[in-house]
This record gives sequence, structure tokens and C-alpha cells, in this order.
Amino acid sequence: MEWEIVIGLEIHVQLSTDTKIFSGTSTAFGQAPNTQASAICLAMPGVLPVFNEKALFKAVQFGLAIDAEIGKTSRFDRKNYFYPDSPKGYQITQMDYPIVGLGEVEIVMDDGSTRKIGVTRAHLEEDAGKSLHEDFEGMSGIDLNRAGTPLLEIVSEPDLRSAKEAVAYLKKMHSIITYIGVSDGNMAEGSMRCDANVSVRPKGQKEFGTRTEIKNVNSFRFVEKAINYEVQRHIDIIEDGGEIVQETRLYDSELDETRSMRSKEVANDYRYFPEPDLLPVVIDDEYIEAARKSLPELPDAKRDRFMSEHGLSEYDATVLSSGRAIADYYEAVVAGCKEPKLAANWVMGDLSAQMNKFNVEFENCPVPAEQLALMIARITDETISGRQAKTVFECLWNQEGEVDAIIEAKGLKQVSDTGAIEAIIDEVIANNPGQVEQYRGGKDKLFGFFVGQTMKASKGQANPAVVNELLKKKLDA
Amino acid sequence: MSLDRSQVENIAMLARIGVAESEIENYTKSLNSILDLVDQLQAVDTTGVEPLANPLDATQRLRADVVTEVNQREKFQKVAPKTEAGLYLVPRVVE
Repeated sequence: MEWEIVIGLEIHVQLSTDTKIFSGTSTAFGQAPNTQASAICLAMPGVLPVFNEKALFKAVQFGLAIDAEIGKTSRFDRKNYFYPDSPKGYQITQMDYPIVGLGEVEIVMDDGSTRKIGVTRAHLEEDAGKSLHEDFEGMSGIDLNRAGTPLLEIVSEPDLRSAKEAVAYLKKMHSIITYIGVSDGNMAEGSMRCDANVSVRPKGQKEFGTRTEIKNVNSFRFVEKAINYEVQRHIDIIEDGGEIVQETRLYDSELDETRSMRSKEVANDYRYFPEPDLLPVVIDDEYIEAARKSLPELPDAKRDRFMSEHGLSEYDATVLSSGRAIADYYEAVVAGCKEPKLAANWVMGDLSAQMNKFNVEFENCPVPAEQLALMIARITDETISGRQAKTVFECLWNQEGEVDAIIEAKGLKQVSDTGAIEAIIDEVIANNPGQVEQYRGGKDKLFGFFVGQTMKASKGQANPAVVNELLKKKLDA
Repeated sequence: MSLDRSQVENIAMLARIGVAESEIENYTKSLNSILDLVDQLQAVDTTGVEPLANPLDATQRLRADVVTEVNQREKFQKVAPKTEAGLYLVPRVVE
């Protein structure tokens, strides 16, 4: 039987604020346990939440970035459950009136095809603390530094049809949130975490199959692997005549498998009700317009501009606009050399290859954009050839100095002086009378041989364009 | 709508409230009388009335994103039943 895969993602994004969502407690990462857990985070008696304006603003910015409806009146609700990493006994979240309503994003697949993926909603809530289960005399240790950190939970429609699409969607969201700066998107530090709802159904069937939820996957690669594992598990069970149990599962990256998480637990019953400690949050058009004006150019708009203004292909434009760092870098190179296509080739080619090889991010690129721009300018002003540029680039990568100094030091200047090249050509012609005769007799293919000989005799420094032109003139004379 | 005994037991469990076997019947009765009152409210025709999120005619005030809390861990941990290495210790939550 042919199966259709149905995936919906819930992405939790930590908003990059200085303080927690409901208190003036610092959110800095990696501090000593519980040094950033104030009376409010600890739920001491009598404390009250006060909403952080920056968390609200960033949520609205995100909503506008995905063209979503903005909830002009949103509200907080209590989600009740007991777990020691949440001292209040409930999480403040948004149930019925989220700050961000229906929106959508476009994802681009490897083959260049695009798909629109619906975003059901995005709501504000508070993060929980961390439980450490190492042995503390048979007890668990609780660190509440993270408790109360503002989260935006972004819920997608069940629109995704493969693990690859899920990853493309996740990457798109990552790109949007980091572009507009609502979060640092650092998955390793937990600033962006993902739950995946997965089900399968026979192709053509309308009703969804029973779904399972994979919790807290924290890298793009693991999202793909976890979903693929889970999809296969569903198909195997159904094809063996079994039934899928709706449950929450955990992905174990070491064993590359998912495991049931809460076997004994009764169905969740969170008993949501409106949060009595907070009033409805009301924003007006002016507020929304201010948020809109504060947004930088978004990836899709940037991609379109790279295509229309720079004449790049859709693929190149998509790659170069995929992240803010790579886009800023590329634009800085273009600003320096005014050669968008060459800039794109170098940034996506040699530079990206090196960065991948050494696992370096564009934020920490060892080659300054203005140096790469200068190198490209030296290609276009014919100081160096494309081949010589590779050597210059290697030196730039190894931080051996600036472009002009490298060209000088390595003796890389391209010879464009016609007199000098002519002398070399004359010699090549004189040394190869046989080939000259054959060429003149109609064996056109030999032209390449003469170009090669001339380049070799010039130690690779002759300007290939000049060589071509002069050779043609001399041989065809 | 009315609750039976097992629903009351479930609510007590979800709220982590210990209810003695002998009290359950009494609680079931009290809760049901509250639900009766709610039923009465439900009978009111609310067509065209906007849902009320909060009885106060006010909206949420916002706080500037500025750190105002200082580290008082030592103070807080003095009143905690058990701590170690800066962590609050609680009965083990996973097997």
C-alpha cells in the first residue's frame, strides 16, 4: 500500500529578551543554578506576574513576518499540571486568544519546488525550569533559572508531507526568527526546540491516521531522523495489522529510535482557565504598524531582490538569503566589487566549501567581505586570472594578509601586456612547426594546444583572454 | 451536569489534594451544588454578549524589559527543605 505521511510541527522559540516574561529576572544563559530564580520564578506566596513589553513586541513582529493575523486582544490562560520544574503548579500560556493567528510560510525544496505551509497560531507562554536526575541521595535536583523565560510556541497546520519538508519548514522558521532577531535560534542551547506530530494514512484517504508526538528534538538532523524512524514504525505496525496508540514519544539520537514517554500516565487533563492574575492584552493599529516598520527585509523579499536587482538565479538567491549572516556577507561583497554574479559564485563556491569543511559560521568568517570583494575586483580589472584568484583566496582563508600584498608576494600578477605575450606566442609557434601546419590545414582542435603551451610558458600568468585573441591573430594570419 | 464519585476522585488527584474516603460523598454533593448554580447561569440567553475575560474594565499594563531582580538564592534556599550545589532537591521524578 502507498502511504501518505502527515506531519505538524510545534516549535518553541525562546524570545531574546533581557528579562523573563512575567518578572524582571535576568534570562542570561549558563549562569549558576537558581541564581536567576527570583521570588516570582519560585512562585512564592503573594507574587504577581507583570508582562514584559519586549516579549509582546517580538511576538507581534513574528506574526507580521509570516503575514499572520495579529490578535488585537489576546489573553493568558492557566494550564494546570504538577511537575517540580514548574513551581506554580501551572504554566501561564495562551489558549483561546493567542497573540498570533493564522499565517503561512513558503518552503523551498532541494529540487527548487515550493510549497506553502500553514501556521495555525503562535502564542506566548513561559518556559519551565530544568530537572536533573543524577543521583542526589535518591532525589532530583531542580534549577529554575530557565523558569519564566518567554517562549513563543509556533504551531503549524498538518501540511507537511515528508521529513525533508519538515526540516525545510523548521529551517525557514529558524531563518525568519533569526532575521528579525526575535530569538538567537540557538538549538544547542535550547533557544529553539521542536515537537513533531506524525501520522500516516493510505494515499487518497481523507481522515488522518492516529498520531504520535515526538517531544523536544533539538537539531535539524535529528528532526529528520526522528520523523523517518517514527513514520516507518507507524507503517510497520499498521501493515502487521496493529494499531497506533496516541502517545508522546522521545527520540534517542544515540540509538536512532523513538520510545514511549509516559506509559502509565492518564490522559492529560490540563483544566485550562483564564489567568486571573493578568488582564487582557490589548494593542492598536498604531502598535502593529510600529512593529511592522521595525522589521528588517525578510528572506523572501531579499531573495526576490537578489533575483531582480542582481540577476541571480532563483537557487543562488535562495541560498544567499537563507540566513541573515550569509546575506549580509554577500551584500557586503557586492557593495565592494559591484559584481553580484562573481560575488555569488565565490560566496557559495569556494568560501562555503571551506566554511563547511572547517565548520565555521558566516558570523565568524575568517575572510573579511571587503577583502573578498577586492579580490573579485582584481579579477575584473584583469590583475589576476580566475585561476590565480584561487591561490589568493587560499591565502586569504589562511589569513596571510591583504589581497594586493598577497598578489605581490606570490608573484601572481597576470600578464596582460600584449608585447610580452606576443613574444611567448612567437616562441611557441616557432617551437611547434608541425602543429602549426596541421592547424592551418584545418585541424581547429589544436587551438587549445597552443593556448595550453602559451599559458605554460608564461607560468600561468598570461591573461587567457589576451592569449586567445593574439593566438587567433597570429595563427590565422 | 453532575459529577459522580470517580470524577471527584480524579479531580482530587489532578489537584494533588488528599481526600479521605469518608469525605468523598460530601465533596461530591458540594461540587454538584456549585454545578447546579452554574447550570442556572447557563440558562441565561447570552446571544450577542461578548465573552468576558476579566471583570475589571482595564487592560494589561506592560513592564519594561529591564532587570530589576537580584540574586537572592541564599535567602530562598534557607527556607527550602533540601538543597545541594545550588539546586532544590525534590523527590525523584523519574524512575
